[in-house]
Amino acid sequence: MSTVRIPPVLRSAAGGVKSVEIGGATVGEVLEGLTAAHPALRTQLFSDEGALNRFVNVYVNDQDVRYLQEGSTPVEERDTIIILPAMAGG
Amino acid sequence: MPKSYADLLKEARSQIKEVSPPEADLIRERGATTFVDVREASEWEQGHLPGAVHISKSYIEQQIEGALPDRDAPVVTYCAGGVRSLFAAQTLQEMGYTNVSSMSGGFQQWKSQGLPWTVPTILSSEQKQRYSRHLLIPEVGTEGQTTLLGSKALLIGAGGLGSPAALYLAAAGVGTIGVVDFDVVDLSNLQRQVIHATDRVGEKKTESARRTINALNPDVNVVLHEEMLTDENVGRLIDGYDVILDGTDTFETRYTLNDAAVAVGIPVVHASVFRFEGQLTVFDPPSGPCYRCLYPTPPPPELAPGCSVAGVLGVVPGIMGLLQTNEAIKILLRIGDSLAGRLLLFDALDASFTELRLRRDPACPVCSEQAVAARVAGHPLPVPSSTYEGEFVLGARA
Ligand SMILES: [Zn+2]
Repeated sequence: MSTVRIPPVLRSAAGGVKSVEIGGATVGEVLEGLTAAHPALRTQLFSDEGALNRFVNVYVNDQDVRYLQEGSTPVEERDTIIILPAMAGG
Repeated sequence: MPKSYADLLKEARSQIKEVSPPEADLIRERGATTFVDVREASEWEQGHLPGAVHISKSYIEQQIEGALPDRDAPVVTYCAGGVRSLFAAQTLQEMGYTNVSSMSGGFQQWKSQGLPWTVPTILSSEQKQRYSRHLLIPEVGTEGQTTLLGSKALLIGAGGLGSPAALYLAAAGVGTIGVVDFDVVDLSNLQRQVIHATDRVGEKKTESARRTINALNPDVNVVLHEEMLTDENVGRLIDGYDVILDGTDTFETRYTLNDAAVAVGIPVVHASVFRFEGQLTVFDPPSGPCYRCLYPTPPPPELAPGCSVAGVLGVVPGIMGLLQTNEAIKILLRIGDSLAGRLLLFDALDASFTELRLRRDPACPVCSEQAVAARVAGHPLPVPSSTYEGEFVLGARA
């Protein structure tokens, strides 16, 4: 299982929790598992075509998956997946 | 057997290598050697060798290790005539410095031979007192403080992030602080915007900021820009500033600022907050990415509510604004490692910091090589709209 950190702005769509444990061999599988458990997250993370929205960044530990293998980036046990949407508040 | 001055001088001469001013100048031009001026502060203020470090002879034992931690690094001491520097060099040798020489004839000879020297910017006695805790730090010192006094920082927004930043930039003696804000102080601002005050509700934020800044430090020249930052005025607003602290509330402003600052090469210290959390980084390409590399397009409004909609724990922008100020001061002093290429996430409830690696997008329409070339040629690349326009599909980012 890896830990997925839910950003504050998406927590209400994920049952109010800060992080969830999800199994999966790749980032894509983990996010699939996440949106299966919390369907309200799907439209916020993915476009109709199923691609990750550009205004959301996903990191495995401290690395941006766009510069790894995107959805196919392998995920190890105990990796942390961080979902990082842009925030504007000042 | 008590020793006379002549005995001591003879002994020092026998132990310390001496270099003439022309020899010293050659050594100076090669770099790598630290010149330590051991005269009194009043003599140093009249002029000194370019690049020299000032530690008066009476403080040499206490201060040399801070200024020069490497005991094998080459050092040349000098004074006015070449005697005090000889004794100072002897002290350094006793302290284990292995490569010490003294300049014979001192600064008088140096000047009379027409070698280059400079007059330091002198802090007034009041400034010396005000900034004394900075002056004691070797990485800041008189030179660093003079740099800060000659520096210009621009705050975009005198709000939650801008308030602590303005206070500490002012306290630090950053000589010019520009404030861009078109708002007036509202009672609901005061839970976090500590630069304003209850009796200023309804006053312009820029004016209120100036009053607080100048009450704290009259050295600071506060430049007020009472307007909203737009594509039309951004170039004029940021012109001439050394560093920008982005504390705005909207994506439009953040993209507008990013594009203009990248084009003229001014580093932007970026922070944003949401409830209990904050994000912080420095955009200073080619060192690290720009805002568009990180967030190519803005999110739909419901995914990125501002503080007025979502709320924020007042101390969070306080903390993030001060971390911004820390980055800004490091950039101005050219010390330490900036957050360029790293994003710091702060979670107030966990009291945790998480660091993420940021990369430059080789296809970025603003900071990539191709974008720079297009701008130079007078045809900047088109950028995505800075407001949300429906759904985006992840494109072919390299
Ligand atoms: Zn960029």
